[in-house]
Amino acid sequence: MNYLINCINLQKNYLKKRALVNINLKFQEGKIYGLLGPNGSGKTTLMKVIADLHKQTGGEITICDEVPSHKTKAMVAYMPTENYVYSWMKVKEAVNFYRDMYNDFDMKKALELLSFMDIDLEQKVGSLSTGQRARLKITLTISRKVKIYMLDEPLNGLDPISRAKIKECIIDQFDEGSTMIISTHLVDEIEQILDEVIFLEKGEVVLQGETEEMRIKRGQSLEEIYREVYKHA
Amino acid sequence: MDFTTDVPIYIQIMELIKTDIVTGKLQKGEKMMSTRDLAVSLKVNPNTVQRVYRELEQEEVCFTKRGMGTFITEDEGKISELKESLADEKVKLFIEAMRSLNLNIEDVIRKIKFYEEASR
Repeated sequence: MNYLINCINLQKNYLKKRALVNINLKFQEGKIYGLLGPNGSGKTTLMKVIADLHKQTGGEITICDEVPSHKTKAMVAYMPTENYVYSWMKVKEAVNFYRDMYNDFDMKKALELLSFMDIDLEQKVGSLSTGQRARLKITLTISRKVKIYMLDEPLNGLDPISRAKIKECIIDQFDEGSTMIISTHLVDEIEQILDEVIFLEKGEVVLQGETEEMRIKRGQSLEEIYREVYKHA
Repeated sequence: MDFTTDVPIYIQIMELIKTDIVTGKLQKGEKMMSTRDLAVSLKVNPNTVQRVYRELEQEEVCFTKRGMGTFITEDEGKISELKESLADEKVKLFIEAMRSLNLNIEDVIRKIKFYEEASR
């Protein structure tokens, strides 16, 4: 098995607040993982530690057998929830900016995806709709050629067409030599594309496993399992 | 494609493909879509579709030619076998449903005959 991310007793505190508590997880090449949990359960914190935007407070983490550094940063494409693309730029300029920022950026793929996503290169980022902005963000993230892709809440607050396009893009572009982590609480929207799921609650892993095996064992959908796990959350 | 998500998705896709074979939508010996294309068109995980092809291959419903793709079986016996087993499954489900309504088998057969004639 080829594990791209390995967390051992990983901990993260914000001052006294415990955001991640003893996380032991391994992420394998060629799989799409769902990071599930309500707001405040630690999904974003875990992603930020993997992306080396936060340092852990305790425990260990390795990315392709290396401790987080500028070197591992280059192996990770992380899409945060915020609108981080400058709104004064044209779409074309944003794409060029990404090309200049990242050596691994695939311009040809980006242009193909933008046309699939129905985004005009000449439009100002600031004048894009919420759905278009989300589609642009995902295009910029997926057009990098890296080992680890992390999408934080890629479907939140989007119209059905944007959601469908984003899902199609994820499935079509997924590279078997990489791993993808998608955080969400919109479980029913995305459960068909997840290989494995990790349920977080108050910074701890409360349930994890292969989605199909869970369906076989429990005779429930992920959505139903989710409601059961978080019924008192 | 909408799936019921409380049943493994790979099993549902296997059923879909088998039904398409039995009804002739997929012809014997026909080349199947690539796993990636099928995953995109069904909006499911590519690994799920790979599992579907693997299981179908084990059941000898399809076979892989190296470097050329996956093909539907050319064995007609296999296809009629599929038809039988799909029909058996549906009849079993039907009987269960009728039992849960407390109908006896004679009444059910009478009903089947009646509606079959009426629909001609």
